[in-house]
Amino acid sequence: MTVPVSSGRRPYTRSMQGWWRRNTFYIEYMIHEGTAVFVAAYALVLLVGLVRLSQGQAAWDAWLQALRSPLSIVFHVITLVAISYHTWTWFHIMPRTLPPILIKGKRMSAAAITRSGLAASAILSIILFVLVWGLWT
Amino acid sequence: MPNTENTIMMDVLRYRPEQDAKPVLQTYRVPFSEDMSVLQGLQYIKDFLDGTLSFRWSCRMAICGSCGMMIDGKPALACKTFLRDFVPGRVRVEALAHFPIERDLVIVMDDFIGKLESIKPYIIEKQPRPLTQGEYLQTPSERDLYEQFSSCINCMLCYAACPQYGLNPKFLGPGIIALLHRYNLDSRDCGEEQRMPLVNSEDGVFNCTAVGYCSEVCPKLVDPANAVNVNKANSAKDYFLRFVTPRGGGK
Repeated sequence: MTVPVSSGRRPYTRSMQGWWRRNTFYIEYMIHEGTAVFVAAYALVLLVGLVRLSQGQAAWDAWLQALRSPLSIVFHVITLVAISYHTWTWFHIMPRTLPPILIKGKRMSAAAITRSGLAASAILSIILFVLVWGLWT
Repeated sequence: MPNTENTIMMDVLRYRPEQDAKPVLQTYRVPFSEDMSVLQGLQYIKDFLDGTLSFRWSCRMAICGSCGMMIDGKPALACKTFLRDFVPGRVRVEALAHFPIERDLVIVMDDFIGKLESIKPYIIEKQPRPLTQGEYLQTPSERDLYEQFSSCINCMLCYAACPQYGLNPKFLGPGIIALLHRYNLDSRDCGEEQRMPLVNSEDGVFNCTAVGYCSEVCPKLVDPANAVNVNKANSAKDYFLRFVTPRGGGK
């Protein structure tokens, strides 16, 4: 916007510094986005595991051993909490990102979309857990 | 008349370009009754306490979209927010965030109006249709596709809610994209090809990081975040379709 000097207008533009602290909604958003770092970090842990597997039995066993260290367990607990929070908030945003889903001519509600997403991730997590546990023992 | 026994402190952000270097809060003690809105509180100030206070308003019933303000830090229509919800305590009223302040609670909306014009917010026909051909027919399910997006009253609360617009005012923004989507979804409209370049552009939908606050604050229950995010998929489709269709999308 250009304002002629002679008009006496002097529009004031406010700073955006610290914008995310202004509102609890923004703080929650930043925590949600921040927990994505843990999702990426855990993907890296799994990738390293894959690389170690390709390097043979000894490397793989060393990787498994490293996972059992107290530091690794603390990391896993924190990551579990962060990823659970990320999942929870991610599925709450999901209805906002999808085009209308029609079931028998009726539009699926936002709450139903969120519930299905959370249920799907819970069921898949349980299946994965049982499978991995089965392989382990 | 307001019951003078009950009063509330209203902290109002003042900015008088001829005398203030930057905006300052000014406090007024305002008598109020149970049914008084924040807008009525401001009107009381203007009528009885300080005639120099400037703010926009018109309909007093959440349909004109003029009285959008930051009320206790949240974007809201002053006519749809009640003083009783802030007692005991005080209420802070500021100009709509992310827009330059012209004076007091009045913001500069040139940017919004320019963007509104740019999306051609009207039905674009393939060819002019003479009256003799009769009216357009549309089924309820065709109407249902765009109906919620047509409830937008251009109040700009979603812009005050969108940090990405605050950080980059070139971003087309939630409300305008919701209206663009409304016309693209309309079965009578043939203007999608003219509007998609705006969606795809540097200032288009990909500025959105799915904060989602725009849809939370909308006083008419429009879901602009949905319009923006659905158009991210549309934009990608538009981009890749150019490889397989002769006419090509995503110019």
